[in-house]
Amino acid sequence: MIYWKSFSDFLAMGGYGFYVWGSFGVTALIMLIEPIVAIRNQKTLIARLKRQLRAEARADQRNTAV
Amino acid sequence: MKDRFNLYRFASPATFYPLAGRLIPWFTALAVIFGLAGLWIGMLVAPTDFQQGEGYRIIFIHVPASWMSMFIYLVMAFWAAIGLAFNTRLSGMMAQALAPTGALMAFISLWTGALWGKPMWGAWWVWDARLTSELILLFLYIGYMALTAAIDDVRRADKAGGLMLLVGVVNVPIIYFSVKWWNTLHQGSSINLTKSSMATTMLWGMLLMALCFWMYSIAVALVRARSIMLERERHTDWAKALLTGDEK
Repeated sequence: MIYWKSFSDFLAMGGYGFYVWGSFGVTALIMLIEPIVAIRNQKTLIARLKRQLRAEARADQRNTAV
Repeated sequence: MKDRFNLYRFASPATFYPLAGRLIPWFTALAVIFGLAGLWIGMLVAPTDFQQGEGYRIIFIHVPASWMSMFIYLVMAFWAAIGLAFNTRLSGMMAQALAPTGALMAFISLWTGALWGKPMWGAWWVWDARLTSELILLFLYIGYMALTAAIDDVRRADKAGGLMLLVGVVNVPIIYFSVKWWNTLHQGSSINLTKSSMATTMLWGMLLMALCFWMYSIAVALVRARSIMLERERHTDWAKALLTGDEK
């Protein structure tokens, strides 16, 4: 079923290796980094909003105490 | 009418947020499965192209990325139209969540196109109708993101951005039909409803990769939509309940 005769054959891509792997490599990198950044942003956002909420709750407590 | 009511329920961020959270792993899994199957067929099984040799294999990401770059723009324009017509909260968030993925798809399309063009045409870039209109699409995405980011009031940002999306939608048919309307270096479409110019394994590889890109885009856009939703709705009861509770 597999079209290639050897692994080096596969890497060479019939002389088009640079172009083919340059395309696939950059695409893979983008599709790896984009979700990582999106998930990290979501986590920092949640941490920030939680912090703000706690700060607001503390401010409310102070106001009612006075 | 009960079904209809239920459908509208998901248009509210309070129900959409947890639903999106449950859907993300499924879309991610589908993207991985379709991606592995598509790469297996496209890179290992599919035969060589008689004209372009092995260089043609760039098609397995170039075409799906180009399709997605156009399709995501159309979806964003759809949300913009809904938002402008009915003033719905969710539509602007959806459009903003999709924009970076659309821009990256347009970039992948141009990048892989350049790497394909160099060995086949002898040039990384030519100012031809297909390439130029795709470049304009990338600029439209960047312009939309810059415009919405520059306006502090989110509802006004959504309106201005939505208007820009609707004006720019004219570019999508121009990209799609550019290879027919003008003489261009870019080859015509590889897939036709009636007859296809590709071998079946190649076609399968490309369709599986297109499904992978589709599922990927949905998954990453949902992650971003959740962030936008939570940030905008932080003063509402559901967001506060979620943030004070132990849910992620």
